[in-house]
This record gives sequence, C-alpha cells and structure tokens, in this order.
Amino acid sequence: MPGNMVTSEFLVDVDHQRCRRCKRCILNCGFGVFDFQSMTTADSSKCVACHRCVVFCPEEAITIRRNPLAFREHSSWDVDKRKAVWKQAQSPGMILTGMGNDLPWLNVFDHLLIDACQVTNPSIDPLREPMELRTFLGRKPDRVEVVPSDGGYRVQNPPENNIELDIPLIFSGMSYGSVSLNVHKALAIAAEKLGTVMNTGEGGLHQELYPYRDHIIVQCASGRFGVHSDYLNAGVAVEIKIGQGAKPGIGGHLPGEKIGREVSGTRMIPVGTDALSPAPHHDIYSIEDLRQLIYALKEATGYKPISVKIATVHNVAAIASGIARAGADIIYLDGFRGGTGASPAVIRDHVGIPVEIAVAVVDAQLRSEGIRNWVSIIAAGGVRSSADVAKAIALGADAVGVGTAALIAMGCRLCQKCYTGNCSWGIATQKPELVGRLDPDWAAERLVNLVNSWSLELKEVLGALGVNAIESLRGNRERLRSLGLDAATTEIIDVKPAGR
Amino acid sequence: MFGDQYSKWVVDRCHVPAACGLSGVMSRDGRPVSGETIIESMRVIHDRGNGLGGGFAGYGIYPAFKDLYAMHIMFEDEAGKAACEELLTENMELQAGEEIPVQPNPGITDPPLLWRYFGVPRGEKLAAGDGAADDFMVRLVMRINTTVPGTFVFSSGKNMGVFKAVGFAEDVGEFYRLPDYEAYTWIGHGRFPTNTPGWWGGAHPFNILDWCVVHNGEISSYGINKRYLEMFGYECTLLTDTEVMAYLFDLLIRRHGLPLELACKVIAAPFWKEIDSDEDTEEAGLYRALRITYASALVNGPFAVIVGHSRGMIGLNDRIKLRPLVAAVKDDLLYVSSEESAIRQICPRPDRVWAPDAGEPVIGELRGDA
Repeated sequence: MPGNMVTSEFLVDVDHQRCRRCKRCILNCGFGVFDFQSMTTADSSKCVACHRCVVFCPEEAITIRRNPLAFREHSSWDVDKRKAVWKQAQSPGMILTGMGNDLPWLNVFDHLLIDACQVTNPSIDPLREPMELRTFLGRKPDRVEVVPSDGGYRVQNPPENNIELDIPLIFSGMSYGSVSLNVHKALAIAAEKLGTVMNTGEGGLHQELYPYRDHIIVQCASGRFGVHSDYLNAGVAVEIKIGQGAKPGIGGHLPGEKIGREVSGTRMIPVGTDALSPAPHHDIYSIEDLRQLIYALKEATGYKPISVKIATVHNVAAIASGIARAGADIIYLDGFRGGTGASPAVIRDHVGIPVEIAVAVVDAQLRSEGIRNWVSIIAAGGVRSSADVAKAIALGADAVGVGTAALIAMGCRLCQKCYTGNCSWGIATQKPELVGRLDPDWAAERLVNLVNSWSLELKEVLGALGVNAIESLRGNRERLRSLGLDAATTEIIDVKPAGR
Repeated sequence: MFGDQYSKWVVDRCHVPAACGLSGVMSRDGRPVSGETIIESMRVIHDRGNGLGGGFAGYGIYPAFKDLYAMHIMFEDEAGKAACEELLTENMELQAGEEIPVQPNPGITDPPLLWRYFGVPRGEKLAAGDGAADDFMVRLVMRINTTVPGTFVFSSGKNMGVFKAVGFAEDVGEFYRLPDYEAYTWIGHGRFPTNTPGWWGGAHPFNILDWCVVHNGEISSYGINKRYLEMFGYECTLLTDTEVMAYLFDLLIRRHGLPLELACKVIAAPFWKEIDSDEDTEEAGLYRALRITYASALVNGPFAVIVGHSRGMIGLNDRIKLRPLVAAVKDDLLYVSSEESAIRQICPRPDRVWAPDAGEPVIGELRGDA
C-alpha cells in the first residue's frame, strides 16, 4: 500500500542546460528539496514554494509550478479538502498551518472606498503642506482642566502614560521562538527609526534588545514565558495577550526543537522542552480576574499603559467594553486573518470575525457608553496596505498592527510552513544556519522603507480628503462608502453605500 | 416646504456642505446697532450666496425678556405647533409666545409658521447645580428637534435671536424686519449650499443656547466631530456640518470650562511642529494636552466662522486658512467678514484692517461694565 497518498502541491523543474552545478539551491532550501548526484535533482513533494532557491539561483535555472495534476472536479470536495482527508487518514494529528487564514472569506476592506475633495473643499498637497500622523496610545482624560498662570493658562491634568508614535502603525507581537532573534532585532531597529514600537510577542525579550526599550511593548501571555520584573519594565507598555486572531480560544505550542540556548534563556525554560501556552490564563477565568492582572502589572511598572490583546470573536464589542472598564489603556483587536507561527488549520480558517467589523462595533460600543477616550484601539490581523490602514482608522482604530506585512518585507513568501521551523528565509526558524541568513540591518531597512512608503501614501490619502491630521480621519466613517457589501454588514459597520 | 427636504435628508442621514459669505459687527461698549447695518453689509457680498439660505443673529434684542430663554421655532404645520407647545408648557414656564413679525418679501417664498416663546424651565424639572437650567434646555431643544415632526427650534438663547430663511441674506433680513431691532452684536450669513436645495432649518446661523455660528466652508472632519459630540449627548439634527461648530463651542466652553481662546485652539489646533518648537514650556504642555485630549474635536477642512455669544464675537479660520476672513476695528466697533468690502460698506474708514492668520482667533469681548 502507498505510504503517502497526498500528491505534491508544486513541481520543481531544474533546467540542466542552464544549471552550472553551483549547488546554491541545495544550500538554500530549508526543506531539503534538492540533492546532487551527477546533476541537481529535486524532490518536488518537499517543496513549499518559498522561492528561496529561485531567488538565489544565479542562472535562473529553477522553475516552480503548481502541480497541474488533474482531479475530477467537484464543487463541494475541492482538492484541498480531499488532501486534508488523506493526510488525516494517514496520521491522526491535527492539520497544522502557519500565517493567517487563507480561505476566500469576504474581505470588508476590499469593499470600502475612500472619499476625496472636489471643488467645494480644497484637497491639500502633502508635499507642500504639513500632514500630521502623530498618534497617542493610552487613556485620555475626559476633559482638560486649566487654571490661569502668568497671563496664560496652565493645564491641571495633562494626559499621562500615553505612548507617542510618529505613525499610526505598530509592529504586531511575534514571539522570539516562533521567529528568529534576527527578526526581533530588525523589528526593534526599524521601530526606533520609524518612531513606533514593536511588540515582543509571548516569548520574552532577549537581553540584546533591552537598549530598544523606548520602542518595545512587552507581552505577558498565558505561558508567562520570560516574564520577570526587569522584563515588565523593559518597554513602554505591557500587553496581556488573551487571544490571537489566528487561533482564538486556544493556546500555543512551541516544539522543543526550537528551544535552543538563547530561546531557553529568554523564555526561562529548559533547553529542548516544549513551550506550552495554556489556552486561558489560569489566573484569568473572568473579567474581574483580568482587572486584577491589569492592576498588578500597573503596580509592577509604575503605571505604564496596559494593553489587552484579544482575538475578534462574535461578542467582541461587549468584551471590549468589559476590558475598558477593567482598566486597560489599549485594546488590541486581532482579526481572524491575523498570522501565527503555528495553528490548527480548523481554528485558523474557521474561528473569529474580520477585524474591520470588530473595530467598527467596538468603537461604536465604547462611544455609546461614553468611554471611547478611556482606551485606544489597535486593529490588526489583515492589514495589507496603506489603504487598509486608512480604512481601519476611518472605521475607528487609533492605530493598526502589522505582522504579516512586516515578515513579507523581510522576504517571507507566505508559504505557511512556519510551524516546521525550516524557514529558508531565516524568519520562522531557530536553526542557526537559517537564522544567519537574515541580516537584521538589511531587514530593518526594508521595514523602514515599507512603512515610510505607507506613510507617504497615507498622507496622500489625507490630503485628498482635505484634512491634515490623522485624527480627522479617525472614526470618520462619513468619508467611507461601501461597494458590493451586503446591507446588514454595511449597517453594522455604520457606513453608507456608495452613491448615498 | 422644508419638511419634505428634512425628511428626505433624515432618511439618508446626509449632511450638506456649503460655502458662503459672512459678516459680523459688535460694539465692545455694548452700544445698540440697528439691524439695518448688518443687512447693508451682507448686501455687498450678495454673490457669495446663491439665494438658498440667509440668516442673522442679534444679541441684546430682547431687553424686556433678558433673563428668559427666547425660543425661535419653525413649524411645518399646526399639528407640529400643537405638539411642540404641549411639550414646551410641560417643561417650561412660558411668559410670552407670539408669531415672529415678518414683512412679506418677493424673495422669500413658502415660509413655515414662525413663532417665538419666552420662558424658563419649570423648577421641578431641574436637577441641582449651576448649569442645570442650561443643560435642561439643551436636552429640550434636542428632544423637540428629534421627536416633534416638522418642528425646529432654531434659536434658544437669552436676550438674543436667530432669524433665517431660504433666500438671499438681504431679503431674509428685510423679511424678518431686522431694522426694527437693535443689537450690540450682529452676525450675518449668505449661503451657497452645494449639491442640494437649501431649506429653512439648514440656513445659518446655527444656534444652541448662547452660541451662534455662521460658517463658510466644509468640515471635512464632520464625521468624527459629530460622533465625538454624540458621546456628550449632542444630536446633530440639522444635517449640516456647521452645526458641530456650535455644539463644540458649547461643549468646550460651557461644559468643560475652557477659556474662549483655548476652545479656538482645540477647534483650529496648532501644528505639532509649532508645539514641539516650544518644548517644555508651560504653553507647549497645555497645547499638547489639548491636542491629545480633544483630537476628535479638531475641526479640519476649509472654514471661516464667526461665532456670536452674549459677551462677544469671535472670528476664526481653519489651521491653514483655506477660506477668507478679514477683520477691522473702528472706535468701540469690531468687524469681521469674508470680504473687506462688506466691512467698508458700513465702516468706510476703519482704524485698522487686517487679515487674521490661520487658526488665530479674533476675539471681541464686551467691556466689563457693558
């Protein structure tokens, strides 16, 4: 009987006329596709289409094709579903995957259009006029109280403990362990250059990154990996991670193979042991427990802002309201398209709701309770471009979080095999020979380029809208219209259809 | 009739941008100025309006009732009037009520019923506290405007009144017989609404209690300004972006206790680069606090406004001055207008004429004893 009934997804062809047998492909492939006998050979069944070999082949001798193998069409049993059954019949484990939801669910961002000025109000040229993107994360007072002072006025209650960002964008939490140390370094360097922050994810913070403390949010998740008093104070804020968009309601599992010396030291667990994050925090079984942890962390950090990250699930508005009232300063909403280093495919692909809808209903809920200024909202999980940034902010986000886009900037091809630890690009791996491939300075420069490019585009959008500060777009749904979006969703996110 | 258009726009939940001409005059000594003056000023800038809305506000016009809220209300029909009067008598002790006197004018067609009532809230309706009566009146105005069909309170302050209609400003002024009134502050407006016919309720000035706003421009941040105000109980019912300006002044000054000049710095906020250049000064800390706290109250987009209130008048431009605004002084009189010509028409030789900088308010205040 055949051992493996799952046919290859891709076919790797080597053009032996062009190949000059330099063996770079063999060295570069993290998945062991290539071998060399008298000529270069490829085992297509191992290929994940990460393109590392293609990019590094000096002769352009390698081609990767989708396997054209014909299957009898069946509109209900598409090929991926059949393959899943074969895999599960072969071995009883859950099907794992990486990165964000790849199913063709409705994308609300792609059904929203942005307004612009014509005649009745002038658009503003961002190359000639100031255009402000500065953003503050944290609780804002209800009002400003002033007293007369020296012929002017003095503020009595300045907003405290706000994180000041030059752009309404932060780097999302990706743990050291799931990604390499060089990824963390690149994110920290870029965050500093961009005037924003990176989030450690749940794996602690490597000692080498402590100098970037003004540009780091440290995370405290259910596994409490790497959490100690210095760590909690090693950033501008602490984030309690309740959930993640790619895997709402479930924990995490970093296999022992990835726990080498450095990860072990940072996470404070023995080398080679699996790092298991429980599904819930075992000290948070209710909203009042969350409040206790929020205030414990505030006490431990001299009242730095506390962010609470949740996956966007069905009842997200009420949950967010509870989080605001529990004392959080920032609510990080991670939509169902958010990325992951490893998640059961069933969860990644079928649990949660889009962040576009979540941001809209959370913003509306907090406004209806008159407490919108208590918290900042970060929208993450599915932000792919500056257009998405503008739309998320217009729907009500204070800022967005980007993870996947940052990894793509560093070379990620979205092959979705992060959980294997074989990342040929040196991103989602701990193998020293792979990690070394990613130069943090090179990667940081690419991140800076990407975000600066988005910032220019965002300023262009603001100028077209006739406003010169990001706060005039924030929550300004009047400047969005839906196109081809169903009436119920349009109403729920409170935008008008195009033409109205 | 304004009712049909109002219904349509309510259904669509649209607001209507507009462009316009403005003029204002105030006596810092509190001397009475005839309504004729402001009509003459507005007549010069006729072409800045298109006949789809004009209006005026005068302060000091009801000295006999100066401690009573003066409610100017337009009704689509008798049914609305009856329903509104029931609500008024339930909530207020009314001392007078009459039709607003008008002089038919060929430029003003199809007027609604126009009435005014003078009174104070019933004592038993009020909560304790200094601002209770004002807060109650704001809620009452909002309630009438949102629940009584075809009915609009277009003026609700004390010893002041708004007069507005569909038509050119000078025709509106003559229709309402403004030369019969004297005020220490007058502001006027001629409207050029875009994309839609004007309607009576949508003409300027917009008023809430003591605050009146006339506006030339388009508030590009309207969506968030409106949602911010809704958090504090303001409902934007008049379907034009100018309304938020009146409510923001009311919120910032009356309810949050900010001085007038700081409220202006919230609405036309200084740029971060200016604030940063004053690093660590008390002033920088103040403006930083205002911008962080009141980000959603920044009014963005082109505007020139004249704001009237019982103690004075303010002229204000947006933060990059995308609409014209000129100011002048002559003796105790302060003038602010879209065009210098509108000032010179009523004050041929001012002591000083200047164009205020972007975001820099021109603040006229009554002398302490006036």
